[in-house]
Amino acid sequence: MKVYASILKLRVLIGMQYRSAALAGVATQFFWGFISIMVFQAFYEHSSITPPISLQELITYIWLQQAFLAFIMLWFRDNELFDLITSGNIAYELCRPTDLYGFWYAKLLAQRLSSALLRFYPILLVAFFLPKPYNMTLPPDVTTFILFVITLLLGLLLLVAISMFLYISVFVTLSPMGSLLIFGVLGEFFAGLIIPIPLMPLWLQKIAYVLPFRWTADFPFRVYSGHIAQSDALIGVFIQLGYLLGLLWLGKLAFNSVLKRVVVQGG
Amino acid sequence: MSLYFKYLLILFKSQMQYRTSFWLLSIGQFFIPFSVFAGLYFLFERFGHIKGWDFFEVALCFAVIHMAFSLSECFARGFDTFSSLIIKGDFDRVLVRPRSTFLQVLGSKFEFTRIGRLLQSGIVLIWALNNLPIEWSFVKVVTLFFMITSGVFIFTGIYMLAATMCFWTVQGLEVANIFTDGGREMAQYPLNIYQKWVAQFFTYVIPFGTVNYLPLLFILGKTKGNELLYMLTPLAGSLFILPCIFVWQFGVRHYRSTGS
Repeated sequence: MKVYASILKLRVLIGMQYRSAALAGVATQFFWGFISIMVFQAFYEHSSITPPISLQELITYIWLQQAFLAFIMLWFRDNELFDLITSGNIAYELCRPTDLYGFWYAKLLAQRLSSALLRFYPILLVAFFLPKPYNMTLPPDVTTFILFVITLLLGLLLLVAISMFLYISVFVTLSPMGSLLIFGVLGEFFAGLIIPIPLMPLWLQKIAYVLPFRWTADFPFRVYSGHIAQSDALIGVFIQLGYLLGLLWLGKLAFNSVLKRVVVQGG
Repeated sequence: MSLYFKYLLILFKSQMQYRTSFWLLSIGQFFIPFSVFAGLYFLFERFGHIKGWDFFEVALCFAVIHMAFSLSECFARGFDTFSSLIIKGDFDRVLVRPRSTFLQVLGSKFEFTRIGRLLQSGIVLIWALNNLPIEWSFVKVVTLFFMITSGVFIFTGIYMLAATMCFWTVQGLEVANIFTDGGREMAQYPLNIYQKWVAQFFTYVIPFGTVNYLPLLFILGKTKGNELLYMLTPLAGSLFILPCIFVWQFGVRHYRSTGS
């Protein structure tokens, strides 16, 4: 465990070096956030029905999404790992005296952490002080906030576990594009990144609730705004934990089986 | 011009060498905007309309912008990935050749896999047009054509501006994504649903409004007043590329090689 902790620490520190890239990212995400809020605002303005999520909750949802984008995006990938697999340099990795699954997991986790650490506070800070109605609101009470932090972190762990499958699949296909595509498009859609899950039609919501993706993004954000009640959130934490353990177990199993079959041609 | 087509042909042949990869990437490009479009569809299913625009009207807008975007990503890719030319020092080679830098950089790269994206927006376009009660006339067809071409010019102009910045920064700037990817996201809805300042910025500074809003009003028959004026707005929008070319020339003169 100590090895993984130090990998994590080191990688976070490396990732934190890219400050100007982060600044550009922040600007882009602000623009993105504004545009989506304005679109939803226009939709809500003349709506004759009462939408299942209020505009204020939705705005908070969008700002959280932008702030923690690195925690929830499946597109966010490490090309270095893909190159290792396709070029055969994986042989070096296999020489390391650590478990490779844990090593890569820590590396991917660190990338997301450092990227989010650089971005989330400027976005949230500004989002709080924006004029109404664009501003973000505080969570209703302290318990909700604690629950939000727990669910967000669990969501992050879960997302990294999901993204490990992406790298595993490359062992079989040798080209990251196909898997990236399926994971990226489907995963992000069912995580509520394109439109929030409460706004989807019912039949689609049912699918989204079964899949693990929404537990990484949609769930923590709705816990924050209080759209999901505390008691439900508590149950959700256990579901997250269940998914996490299940996916970690499955991932390790799959990882070990592809490693057994890995062929490295000399070079 | 014949040089340009030679570039086009050679790069097309070279990309066709990796046929499977080409098709996979194209399919990928098909599905990425597809999920965005699905999101748009579901929103309309729930809310019915957005500030008086119904689904097919917005779908038309979506199709035009995404078509323009995919075309410009295909043909102006050289400017989009320009920073790699600078970093590797390859731009020096471009400079010693007796042809314009604009043509050479434009011809340095094409991304034919964008055909997938183009196909997707083409399907949306046909679907939308089939479901809209438009009285077609020659002028309207021309306007629609102008909308798409003018969109290509605007996106290309933005790529050029971003590329010009590389002369000073060497590294490519992510900020340009706000205006390309962000502009695309924004312009897939008619411009008047946004706040005034956004609409004004994207009409007078970066003229997306002349592509997706003013001529759209004309095609849908929502205009009052001089129709010719609405029809010509996309042309005015494509003038955006002129200052961009000028800035590019200015940048080329200030180029200092990285020397690698």
